[in-house]
Amino acid sequence: MIEEKHVLSILVENQPGVLSRISGLFSGRGYNIDSLCVAETTEPNVSRITIVTTGSKQIIEQIIKQLHKLINVIKVIELTGTEFVQREMALIKVKAKPEHRAEVLRMVDIFRCKIVDVGLEHYTIEITGDEDKLSAILSLLKPLGIKEIAKTGIIALSREPKIV
Amino acid sequence: MKLTGAQILMEVLKEEGVKTIFGFPGGAVIDIYDELAKTDIHHVLVRHEQGAVHAADGYARASGGVGVVLVTSGPGATNTVTGIASAYMDSIPIVVFTGQVPTQLIGNDAFQEVDIVGITRPCTKHNYLVKDTNDLARIVKEAFYIAQSGRPGPVLVDIPKNVAATRIDYKPPKKIQLKSYNPTYKPNMRQLSKAVSLIKDAKKPVIFAGGGVVLSKASKEITELAQKTKIPLTSSLMGLGAFPGTDPLWLGMIGMHGTYRANMSTGACDLLIGIGVRFDDRVTGKTDVFASQAKIIHIDIDPTSIQKNIPVTIPIVGDCKITLGQLNKLLDKEDLGNLNEKRKKWLEQIEEWKSTKPLAYVQKDIIKPQFVVEKLYELTKGKAIITTEVGQNQMWAAQYYHFDKPNHFITSGGLGVMGFGLPAAIGAQLACPKKLVVDIAGDGSIQMNIQEMATAAQCGLPVKVVILNNGYLGMVRQWQELFYKKRYSQTRIEFAPDFVKLAEAYGAVGLRATKPEEVEEVLKKGLSTPKAVIMDFVVEQEECVYPMVPAGAPITEMLLV
Repeated sequence: MIEEKHVLSILVENQPGVLSRISGLFSGRGYNIDSLCVAETTEPNVSRITIVTTGSKQIIEQIIKQLHKLINVIKVIELTGTEFVQREMALIKVKAKPEHRAEVLRMVDIFRCKIVDVGLEHYTIEITGDEDKLSAILSLLKPLGIKEIAKTGIIALSREPKIV
Repeated sequence: MKLTGAQILMEVLKEEGVKTIFGFPGGAVIDIYDELAKTDIHHVLVRHEQGAVHAADGYARASGGVGVVLVTSGPGATNTVTGIASAYMDSIPIVVFTGQVPTQLIGNDAFQEVDIVGITRPCTKHNYLVKDTNDLARIVKEAFYIAQSGRPGPVLVDIPKNVAATRIDYKPPKKIQLKSYNPTYKPNMRQLSKAVSLIKDAKKPVIFAGGGVVLSKASKEITELAQKTKIPLTSSLMGLGAFPGTDPLWLGMIGMHGTYRANMSTGACDLLIGIGVRFDDRVTGKTDVFASQAKIIHIDIDPTSIQKNIPVTIPIVGDCKITLGQLNKLLDKEDLGNLNEKRKKWLEQIEEWKSTKPLAYVQKDIIKPQFVVEKLYELTKGKAIITTEVGQNQMWAAQYYHFDKPNHFITSGGLGVMGFGLPAAIGAQLACPKKLVVDIAGDGSIQMNIQEMATAAQCGLPVKVVILNNGYLGMVRQWQELFYKKRYSQTRIEFAPDFVKLAEAYGAVGLRATKPEEVEEVLKKGLSTPKAVIMDFVVEQEECVYPMVPAGAPITEMLLV
């Protein structure tokens, strides 16, 4: 069976233990979590969780149903297969000795990132984009030496005008 | 009205109509027990918290209502886990109240502290930690609602000591509303009419009923469906009693220890109607060849049960009772043709399977366990509530006791808990005081919760325990005999107590039969004794349960006697 990446957007009641119910569901039933992002929505009692998971069509169907079954889950939206936008942010601490600084800056310019911190021998770059963009800049920065990296995981929203 | 948390709990329990609680007190619930003593609620003091949960499970199943458990924090709470997991697998509505250390101590590794909400998250339908007395009444009401609605299941409510002790201004909660929880009861009518046309066209249909039919109290509807359409019916272990076991259309149980005709007809059918089932691996055997000739209609209230193990042609999410009611109505409008003519060949084929390969055993000098169950069936006229332990005893009970009514067969189906039967029998006896309640047990599993004999004695409950004593952990021994070259690793019970004396020590009556001719006499005497009885039947040691489908094989490939 073909395994594919799927982006799920889940609205949940903003209560203690909800994240643990969801992550426990994934680990207990052997589903994958590629990334997971969670924060409050404009309604303080509702949070949105964006999960990227991999699995066959049948497994994804089970995941969605199992998520629905959790009492605190209000809504599960499968974004994959629909029109949606996705973004991920990364902070990349890259080595920047004086002789390489121009090269790094050029890259920052090309990829329209920002430098958010400067050290004696490094820059910290903030970049936002989809997965392809992030992996492109990472492969270009790698030869210069990446000291540390922090990624947010994907957040995503439907392009539909109506609110889901 | 100023009330403490403990008093509020009692108010809500009364409102929910709770008459019986199974429990065991301790430090963290002492305030609750103090209030409990002032109510009319009957508290059953068990001897181990696991027993309390199984008893509540048995109570819920026999009564068709909800079972309630109250235990303390820490070990009291962890001891409930097996019982909760069993109720979760079998979808039994129970509400478990656990004490917790005071909120200010939570997370400090306080005495008898355990994160029971964390521990039971994967084996409850939902659970709660109550942090504020003001939330208590609402949460308890939600717990009862969630436990009993949709696909039922256990709900746990963890109550810290200070939450129970704090006094607040109490306003009874309004009707509860959960915006994120709305079970689907009514079926999609378009799907249902597709099902009707499949039923009309089918030449070799089979109905496969499960525990969902019992839980939604849909026996009448499913019986009507089968008889109206002349479709033979099999069931899972959990579905026994949903359809009369004495009806000519009854095929017997399906699966690993199912009857030859039930398994063969599932393999050969062109339409399988699964109702309130989840296609467990003990039912399906090798999934890719399960009912491979058939289109499958699957009716269940839980969407996750559908398309989980078996791909189905027509999925229908809905409550069994409501869905079958609608289906019967639709079928009434249809011309089903001459069903006697249409089904003749199919039913003849099934009859042939039945007559050539019936359930069988040979009774010689040593008592056969099947013989004991058959005699029990005869003597009780099939009217007793039967609970079981897990293993061979459970399978022989399922095969040789023919259930005509739902809620009469109470067994730990999904989790398979040894030590379930005795406490479940206690619960069932409390729910149905006038009924005869019999636990069919093995000499291994009865010892897992034998301490509950004291509970039965204390409450004056006349539960009957039938021990099929073969000196082995029989089911594992059977696997070792058949698949591990008779290497009986740790399955011989080299020492067992004298069950007759043990019964007497527990204030019960102990009886023993060692020869076939004693079986009937012992049963007659035991069943007519108006107090708890243990009947010890010394049976054939190496008897196997047949038919048997080896794990992972197609269910049509059975080992027979």
